[in-house]
Amino acid sequence: MEWLIRSVEETDESYGKRPNERTIEELIRNSVINVDKHAGPTSHQITLWIRDMFGVKKAGHSGTLEIEEIPE
Amino acid sequence: MTGVLPVALENATKLMPALAHLEKEYVGVMHLHKDVDEDLLKKVIAEKFVGKIMQIPPVRSAVSRRPRIREIKFFDVLEKDGKDVLFHVACEAGTYIRKLIHDIGQALGVGAHMTELRRIRAGCFKEEDSHPLVEIRDAYEFWKEGDEKMLRKILIPVEYAIPHVKKVFVKDTAVDSICHGAPVFVTGITRIQKGIERGELVAIYTLKEELVALGIAKMSSEEMFKRKKGVAVRTDRVFMERGTYPRLKR
Repeated sequence: MEWLIRSVEETDESYGKRPNERTIEELIRNSVINVDKHAGPTSHQITLWIRDMFGVKKAGHSGTLEIEEIPE
Repeated sequence: MTGVLPVALENATKLMPALAHLEKEYVGVMHLHKDVDEDLLKKVIAEKFVGKIMQIPPVRSAVSRRPRIREIKFFDVLEKDGKDVLFHVACEAGTYIRKLIHDIGQALGVGAHMTELRRIRAGCFKEEDSHPLVEIRDAYEFWKEGDEKMLRKILIPVEYAIPHVKKVFVKDTAVDSICHGAPVFVTGITRIQKGIERGELVAIYTLKEELVALGIAKMSSEEMFKRKKGVAVRTDRVFMERGTYPRLKR
């Protein structure tokens, strides 16, 4: 990756948190899972199953594997 | 159909605009209705079904059935066993593979349909890094029992799910106002990835490499670098909670 540097700055360690320092609870609410979908259920069903397992308010998938929908 | 399906959890669902148009790769089986010569098959595919193609979405599709152009990056015939053809295809988002196979059958004059399809890549999400549901369930159970190692390997932080989106890094002092929806001003920027064009979706990061928000570039990378003032990025979707960084004192 190539960058254009406007200024060199320090970051104050008392604020924020590097992604790999997050707790699992924080990760669960801010992550993507690369699922290997098996035959049978729809992409939507798989997504709901994951949502319920992790107990999160919502989950969404990118690009369905069903022909009836937009194959993004 | 099976294979790679990126699933975003809660706050990560805001990534959807950035994950909506990923390039895809599939392996599948095409069943020819009559056997054709392998060289002819490869010739027809190479001449008519690689590069920019015109595709009419199938009857049972969510989009309007207007012909549209899609790019097929490559279409390789891996193996042919009589009327069954194992293929490997890479294509632009929104390409209907079942329709592509049907159209190849038409072009060959024998007819064909797809009998199997597996997605092996969606953007940066690859088959070799994907996890079946049972594995995700196991990882979840291990975590509940006190071992988080396996689950940590499965959860991809939002920051690492969008390597194709160009980045703008901002100073600590600029972060909180962006969390409140304010735009990114050039004066708040420390570094800019090269190649950003006006109107492009970009990711705004802290110096600790946390994703603050997704936004729309109002300037090119060069302009963000050279200008003394002005709005560089219009903030669109905010990921970081307000108050994570201190409020700028005036």
